[in-house]
Amino acid sequence: MTDATSDKFDWAAPAFQATLRKRKRSQLWLKSLGLGAILIAFAMLFLLVGSLISTGYHAFTQTHLRIDVVLDADLIDADAPERGNYRQILTNTMQAQFPDVADDRAALRRLTSILSNGAQFTLRDMVVADPGLIGQTVTVTVPVSDPYDQLAKGLIDSDTPEENRRLKDDEIANFNRLAEAGMVSKPLNWGLITNADSRFPELAGLKGAIIGSAYALLICFLLSFPVGIGAAIYLEEFAPKNRVSDLIEININNLAAVPSVVFGLLGLAVFIGWFGMPRSVPFVGGLTLALMTLPTIIIATRAALKAVPPSIREAALGVGASRQQVVFGHVLPLAMPGILTGTIIGLAQALGETAPLLLIGMNAFITSAPATPFDSATALPTQIFIWADSPERGFVSRTSAAILVLLTFLIAMNAIAIYLRQKFERKW
Amino acid sequence: MTLIAFLILISAVVIGYVLNLRSARALRHGGAKMHSLDGFHGGYAALMVLIPTFMLIITWLLFQGTVIEYLVKSGLPQDQLEGKGTGEIQLIMAEIRSIAGGRIFGTPEAWKLDAAERMVALRATSGGLLVAATAALAAVMLYIARRKVAADFRARQGAEGIIHGLMVACATVAIFVTIGIVASLLFETIRFFNMVPFWDFILGTSWEPQIPLREDQIAAEGAFGMLPVFLGTLVIATVAMVVATPIGLLSAIYLHEFASHRVRAVVKPVLEILAGVPTVVYGFFAILVIAPAIRSFGADLGLPIAPNTALAAGSVMGIMLIPFISSFADDALGAVPRSLRDGSLAVGATPAETVLKVLFPAAIPGIVGGILLAVSRAIGETMIVVMAAGLIAKMTINPLDSVTTVTVQIVTLLIGDTAFDSPKTLAAFALGMVLFLMTLVINIAALRIVRKYREIYD
Repeated sequence: MTDATSDKFDWAAPAFQATLRKRKRSQLWLKSLGLGAILIAFAMLFLLVGSLISTGYHAFTQTHLRIDVVLDADLIDADAPERGNYRQILTNTMQAQFPDVADDRAALRRLTSILSNGAQFTLRDMVVADPGLIGQTVTVTVPVSDPYDQLAKGLIDSDTPEENRRLKDDEIANFNRLAEAGMVSKPLNWGLITNADSRFPELAGLKGAIIGSAYALLICFLLSFPVGIGAAIYLEEFAPKNRVSDLIEININNLAAVPSVVFGLLGLAVFIGWFGMPRSVPFVGGLTLALMTLPTIIIATRAALKAVPPSIREAALGVGASRQQVVFGHVLPLAMPGILTGTIIGLAQALGETAPLLLIGMNAFITSAPATPFDSATALPTQIFIWADSPERGFVSRTSAAILVLLTFLIAMNAIAIYLRQKFERKW
Repeated sequence: MTLIAFLILISAVVIGYVLNLRSARALRHGGAKMHSLDGFHGGYAALMVLIPTFMLIITWLLFQGTVIEYLVKSGLPQDQLEGKGTGEIQLIMAEIRSIAGGRIFGTPEAWKLDAAERMVALRATSGGLLVAATAALAAVMLYIARRKVAADFRARQGAEGIIHGLMVACATVAIFVTIGIVASLLFETIRFFNMVPFWDFILGTSWEPQIPLREDQIAAEGAFGMLPVFLGTLVIATVAMVVATPIGLLSAIYLHEFASHRVRAVVKPVLEILAGVPTVVYGFFAILVIAPAIRSFGADLGLPIAPNTALAAGSVMGIMLIPFISSFADDALGAVPRSLRDGSLAVGATPAETVLKVLFPAAIPGIVGGILLAVSRAIGETMIVVMAAGLIAKMTINPLDSVTTVTVQIVTLLIGDTAFDSPKTLAAFALGMVLFLMTLVINIAALRIVRKYREIYD
């Protein structure tokens, strides 16, 4: 048959070959454009993650200085050790390190500024815990302040002209002398996770934000999980097909697409404005996030319920179970892996949500971790927002590091969801 | 006190369950022919106690703050409040609240200390009353449920009826959320329009929401014309769609037509990662990488580019929307019946011609629906623009310039402590109303297009 047609049509004619080449060329074009589009998307993802890691990894170490401090009994009142002049003690310590530096206040202040502002409080806490230390010499390891931290990490280029640099030549020389004496170390920066927020980058950590986020997510889960499952079961298994259930369904689909900032406005007006709940607390944050997560959980649960084959329901009904016994005894347990997967994905979205939390005030500057969901706190994404807004150089790498921490949590949650799906998903 | 109330609740529920279960079992062993299983008798009692008592505790907790506040406020000496605006009264209440919480700054007046003391006392009374009310209600419900155990009592129907009611209540929560959104936005928006004329807001071309704090202060007269803000939103959303649409569509076409199964299995999840990255991360990415890159590129070309140009926020938003458009387009292409595709290939069209001239036109409604949903996301997206776009509203469509958006204004107007009665705060709610209506219209249109299109081929 092919022979018959080829008799009528000259496949080798140059005109036909030309169109064929053209058509193949346009095919190649489309293919490479498509591949190019995917590569652009990949490149952007790579650039995003790469830029975060390349700026953020600095914050996973923190430069520390190990110094011998003389806890001068003249400067600390043994009866009230918390009132001691620890700043002066530190100044004396640094002066002892640099006997050749002139004894004027400005020079001394610049010397002391090598140490983090938190060093005096570290000393104070040590002495308050053990007043017996007064008058003795202790060796402490304290963080250095942000500019010197940057210097030790090689982020300050000594080739730039001195007036454009944050550290002058003599300051760099001083620090290098300490480094040569083996007093400078760069251990892992556990403070990033164990400290709460601070104005000073070298002391700022994510403890308050992580706990705040955890409380908000807990509240969000406790509310949206049962309510979402209840709503989904009703709509999928019991609701009569009428206009009311249609309305509810349209409503849920639309809620899922409402911008998150509008939920923030709702939380602000209703929970804080009308019910008089406090600002900045994880409880209100959790409530607001729960309203946002609810549609996601309802939609996921309905899909999971739908996937359970009707034969299960019919068999259970056939042996005399009531409709609720069918659902709660058979359908729901079988749908549970799917429901949990959907819930975890919904919670992961809620964890990264920022705008509604900003509106209910979870961007306050709070230097202690919340003890209960009713204490003021920040959350991980709002903490990232605060740090990204801070002018100090050290906060750039802290922000990237905080983002990496947040992404780690998100990846972990999604990994659990994928694991659950793979492990328990049934093919009927 | 709240904890005690919850403990009472839990123990009453458990007691109700166990007692009714046991009496039902005793009846059964006594030879009675029970209508319902023992467990249903227990469950009935538990639910009968749980639901009303739980509702009582929650309602109490929701309203006790407001009621105590009201009582304390009305107990304040009248001469201190005379001639003071709501803002000042709110400040006074905040101070009293912090004194009651044990945080005393400076030396407050005696009447404030009195009020704080009264607040503490009222809180204690409220806690005590809550426990008493919880215990009383739980006891009454327990008594009622206990008396119901009988051979012919239809406990299963009772318990299932309550559960059914609970599920209906859960399903209507979604409706209440919508009502809550509309009500809160509408309420504050109406208050806003009492201060600023409606048409000034809709058609005004100047947006300067600074309100002088004192009469004598030299500050810009507040102007609340939403057009420049709206225009800025459109500029950024347009930039985002210009980035996202071609990349998203082309990658969907490639994945659908040219990629092998193994490539698809890798590429699709990786693209989804882009959709899962929190927007605050994109915002930081925009200010850390994209904005400086665009600026230095512009400087090389000699173009004047604003530090927070709309291009930066828009293009990063576009990156975020790529997977959104690509998965919608992929689904739409996949939903075109196989026969169309096979027919086209059979008459000798190349795969590229099949996609572009047969599948794509057939999938257009689904793709348009997806793009519309992406537009609604771009309009409502907040964090990227809050971090990377400008604050000053300008009447411009130049994407190199710095523009502001509806969401940026909402967040900046409401960040920090806000009183609920200044036009500045209320303007945020009016903008929120505009945003809500805009996205709602787009979403409904998109969902309708998608659904209608599905019906054609089903």
